[in-house]
Amino acid sequence: MRPARTLAALAAAALSLSACGSGGPSGDGGTTLTITANAISGGKNAATADWTKNWLIPRFEEAQKAQGKIVHVLFQPNGVDDEQYKTKIALDLKSHAGADVIDLDGIWVGEFAQAGYIKPLDQTAGPEAGQWEGWSQIPPAVQSLGVFDGKKYGLPQGTDGRVLFYNKTLFAKAGLPASWQPKSWQEILDAGAALKKAGVPVPLQINAGTAMGEATAMQGALPLLVGTGSEIFSGGKWTGASQAVKDVLGFYRQVYTTGLGDPRLQQEAKGRDKSFQEFADGKIGVLAEGDYFWRSVVEPKAGVAPMPDRDKAVGYALIPSRRPGAGVRGQDFVSMSGGAVRVLNPNSPNAKLAWQLLSFMHSAEATKAGLAGEARITSRTDVNEEVLASDPMLGFVSEKVLPITSYRPGLAVYPQVSVALQEATADIVSGKSVEEAAASYERKLEGLVGGAANIAR
Amino acid sequence: MNTDAAGLGRARAFGFVLPALVLVGVFLIFPALWTIYLGLTDFRLTGLAAANPSLVGADNYLTALGDERFHTSLWLTVQFVLGSAVIGQAGLGFAIAWALRNRTGPVKRTVEGLVLLAWILPSSVVAFLWIALLDRDQGTLNAFLHTPGFAWLLDHPMASIIVFNTWRGTAFSMMLYGAALENVPPSHLETARLAGASTFQQLRDVVFPRITGHMLTNLLLISLWTFNDFTSFQITAGGPEGRSEILPVYIYNVAVSGGRLGFGAAVSFLVLLINLVLALVYLRLLRGRRGVAT
Repeated sequence: MRPARTLAALAAAALSLSACGSGGPSGDGGTTLTITANAISGGKNAATADWTKNWLIPRFEEAQKAQGKIVHVLFQPNGVDDEQYKTKIALDLKSHAGADVIDLDGIWVGEFAQAGYIKPLDQTAGPEAGQWEGWSQIPPAVQSLGVFDGKKYGLPQGTDGRVLFYNKTLFAKAGLPASWQPKSWQEILDAGAALKKAGVPVPLQINAGTAMGEATAMQGALPLLVGTGSEIFSGGKWTGASQAVKDVLGFYRQVYTTGLGDPRLQQEAKGRDKSFQEFADGKIGVLAEGDYFWRSVVEPKAGVAPMPDRDKAVGYALIPSRRPGAGVRGQDFVSMSGGAVRVLNPNSPNAKLAWQLLSFMHSAEATKAGLAGEARITSRTDVNEEVLASDPMLGFVSEKVLPITSYRPGLAVYPQVSVALQEATADIVSGKSVEEAAASYERKLEGLVGGAANIAR
Repeated sequence: MNTDAAGLGRARAFGFVLPALVLVGVFLIFPALWTIYLGLTDFRLTGLAAANPSLVGADNYLTALGDERFHTSLWLTVQFVLGSAVIGQAGLGFAIAWALRNRTGPVKRTVEGLVLLAWILPSSVVAFLWIALLDRDQGTLNAFLHTPGFAWLLDHPMASIIVFNTWRGTAFSMMLYGAALENVPPSHLETARLAGASTFQQLRDVVFPRITGHMLTNLLLISLWTFNDFTSFQITAGGPEGRSEILPVYIYNVAVSGGRLGFGAAVSFLVLLINLVLALVYLRLLRGRRGVAT
């Protein structure tokens, strides 16, 4: 009978091991919830990590205690590239594990939902999710960040806009105006040439290549594309090797083959982080980024590449269309917006409690605390109205950028199309011609979106 | 002649082997078969094909075999194995072992200690050290050579990871050859020297014939390890533009980062086949040699 007893002991050990996972009862009979985000104290998105640990978790645990419930909330920090974070979360969810409340880029919602990794909120949290007080405060365009196929999967955290950041100190050295607003692509190139002449090592940084991942699409290829009046997906078709795409690649070619940009920076594994550091060190003249750059990168105290004199030295301008009036909807200036959402893990053993945590995280009080005095467009109108006036950059994005911005298509195949577009810019950076890069982009696109019938030229 | 030395009988002998066979089956054969199956589907990490993968037949295998990126990757892997394992680790390892064979004391201990250190440090730590060494802006190497801004990892990604992997793995070959050289009777070497043999002649006619078995075993092991080595990912991530994308990195990039798990499984299976062929060649050589010796 000994083998049987050994087996029983093994089984017991296995059971007790599996009970140690998240959500299992802890020593004091309380429940444990886990939050994860691509944020880490002292590193990437430090403000979010600090807010989660120092404000959110103690407040939520206290609020639950007041109701007689013992709840422990753990924060799983990450500080990696967005693509790596996405892979990690996908693998977590695939193996029915992972945190209870998960931070996602809104653009991933479609593919995660199709894979069955996340479920609509009214399924995971129940009808409470539909009656949440916050919905009335979130504009539909922002709500749509967490929507796929007409169903709400996540609560949006806010939105953002892309602008051109420039170093005013370098501009003064090159004889360029302190309040700069280019009106065409040519004026960006002209400013770059002036900066180059004044000895600025890297006049322009327009993200390119695959190492930068989605940052290449969001800060480079897509805002340029809408600047030609075209969109990556419109009227049910994807944009192939059209004249618009060739114009975008042509602009890249001008930047990266004439010494206005640093091709190496686009190829290096950590090129984007390095570009931030170089901007902060006064080596880059103009850099296209989202307002994330302002509040988390060059932010004087908590930024990853802090600039103590940010408010004085860093200027921001709208991204111009190729020529005035040539942008999408006939606009003179363009931008791209996205935003992060938080979703519930459908495998969470404490889904109801996780929803309470999630909605608490998105309450007006928590949202305000999360700002901690920095500029960010939150999802909530009530909070935005209060904090809008305090920061000129926030005001600029909210008043000037959001009305003219564009969004990426919330389709599951988009991330793959984005990679094809990134590869086209990588081709340019490594010296290939516009025609070559465009042709190879169209070839890849055909394989992704199901043939030439779904492609517009 | 009775071959059953332990007197167990067939059934009991099978009973003893069974647990090992079960482990091999569960952890080796089943995953291999599963990989073949996954390679026949369009399974993805996210999206519709993650929930409901469908069979696509040999599509993935055919695509992989016709894929330019796969060919490039295979060729880079061959360079990587020849450069860092066969020439680098085995060559340098033997050179160090030969140079230190008659030495004792602090010199030998220091050299062996340093070479071993490179081998036992965690790969993430080592990768960080090499990035710091080769960085184009603040890299130590550029500071030494007074070549500021020279982008080692971008201009010579393959050479960089070959040198890196040689440095990283030489310890194993050094120790193995060190032990093997003790098998060479000093009297043979002395005789050869007295007969006026040069160092090269001593190596060719006295040392190598004695340690061929060790050499082949060493080459088999380090070739397979190097073929499947992933550490270089932490230094170049296969970049720039895939110019250091050896097969394990290629599989990671398409399967995990790119989400094409089915295609990645197909490539993995092809790599498994290549590994088997490689192992067979070495084993064949080993057996042929034993046939001669006995």
